[in-house]
Amino acid sequence: MELLSPVAPGWGGTLLVGLLHSIEIAVGATCLGLMIGTAGAFGKLYGGPVTRDLLAVYTTIVRAVPELVLILLLYYAGTDLINQMLTAIGYQRVDISGLAAGIFVLGFVQGAYSTEVIRGAILAIPQGQIEAARAYGMSPGLMLRRITLPAMLPFAIPGLANLWLIATKDTALLAVVGFFELTLATRQAAGVTKAYLLFYLAAGALYLALTLFSNLIIGRVEAWSRRGMPSVKEAR
Amino acid sequence: MSAEAIAINMAARASIWLRPHRIVLILIALALVLCATFFMRWDWLPQYWEMGLMGLWRSLWILAVTCALGFALAVPLGLAQAGGPIWFSAPAKAFCTIIRGTPLLLQLWLLYYGLGSIFPQYPWIRESWLWPYLRQAWPYAVVALTFSFAGYEGEVMRGAFAGVPRGQLEAARAFGMSRWKIFRRIWLPQAFYRALPTLTGETVLQLKSTPLVATISVIDIFAVSAKVRQDTYLTYEPLLLLALIYMTITGILVFVFSRIEARIPVKIG
Repeated sequence: MELLSPVAPGWGGTLLVGLLHSIEIAVGATCLGLMIGTAGAFGKLYGGPVTRDLLAVYTTIVRAVPELVLILLLYYAGTDLINQMLTAIGYQRVDISGLAAGIFVLGFVQGAYSTEVIRGAILAIPQGQIEAARAYGMSPGLMLRRITLPAMLPFAIPGLANLWLIATKDTALLAVVGFFELTLATRQAAGVTKAYLLFYLAAGALYLALTLFSNLIIGRVEAWSRRGMPSVKEAR
Repeated sequence: MSAEAIAINMAARASIWLRPHRIVLILIALALVLCATFFMRWDWLPQYWEMGLMGLWRSLWILAVTCALGFALAVPLGLAQAGGPIWFSAPAKAFCTIIRGTPLLLQLWLLYYGLGSIFPQYPWIRESWLWPYLRQAWPYAVVALTFSFAGYEGEVMRGAFAGVPRGQLEAARAFGMSRWKIFRRIWLPQAFYRALPTLTGETVLQLKSTPLVATISVIDIFAVSAKVRQDTYLTYEPLLLLALIYMTITGILVFVFSRIEARIPVKIG
């Protein structure tokens, strides 16, 4: 048990730092994914034929290839590309930080999934609300801010919450490319102390706590986004 | 359908693909593929061809076995949560929550490194007939992936079992069917039809989790590509081919499942 203590002889501190890195990446990736997803959903719904086809290719490929393969491809290709561009315009090569690369890679993957979630949510908005907004003469930006985004939230939040939970668990995959997050921290701690079962169970408990805590928050947010809508229970 | 209607249908289908911008996009894609074929190095292919096929076979085998076992485990899990007494439903719910709340990679390493380091300490395990299997990596991979599939699909089956209209079950009871017969003839088939659309997605997700077994030294198709990358110092070619292989398998899976779904009556209950 003293192996888990947060101060020097124990490895609890290492695990907590790993957890912090995992959460950082998950938050960053989800934010990036949401931005890509919103843009992608609007592109798919209102974009020209070429935009739509390209987005279809993007979402199909990302959702058909294992995350692990994508992470390896994007991790190497992404850092390589940036360095080649930098050398081409006369700068020195830089070391891309693992954090930035991880956020970019997972965000790119999350973007494909959230594109589909947000697209479905926008389609679920009653058509009359958008028509009414247009009839009021709202500009597209105002309509997005006042009508489309708030009205789609209750439909999108269950799917997006799922994506957040997937993001927290996908951070574990970055252990394979050597980024220091909870799973890799656990592996190192377990490898040094040989207490494999203890550390893996502890890490599992941390992930589980993160998930359960997220579920609690998600429940609140969902209730908030549904405010003013008739409850499903009463409708029956 | 008359020959004329078929011709119109085919023309309509062709016109979807032959709109001007699509033709340009397809040409660009072809050009990219040709560039990849001629300007990238593929001379390692003949050497690793057999190994790749073996790896592919192993990936598919793991996928099939874990999906089948996982589904078999998901049915009791779903049933316990949907209609079981609390001492069945609570452990089933806890199992699903734990599996769905932790990363598969961690579960895999927990089983392989954690349990794998515990087992050799007990002499009676080392002497039992299971030991030759427990020393290898693939049983841990199969168990971890099976649990993962069962955890996710158990939640789906819970909803599917709960979604079967009560009238159907009451009618079956009115016919004097025994509980087992009701389950076998009415409850399970209708729940299965309800769960079928999600089963496609779950199977594709399971396919996408199979490369994780390479991290515990099971030689699947992903491990083969990793070996190629190590041996030849090529970064992109093996990974691109790997992505193409997974996309093909996904495509085949989705196609097969859509054919199965099309055979099943839509309106139930």
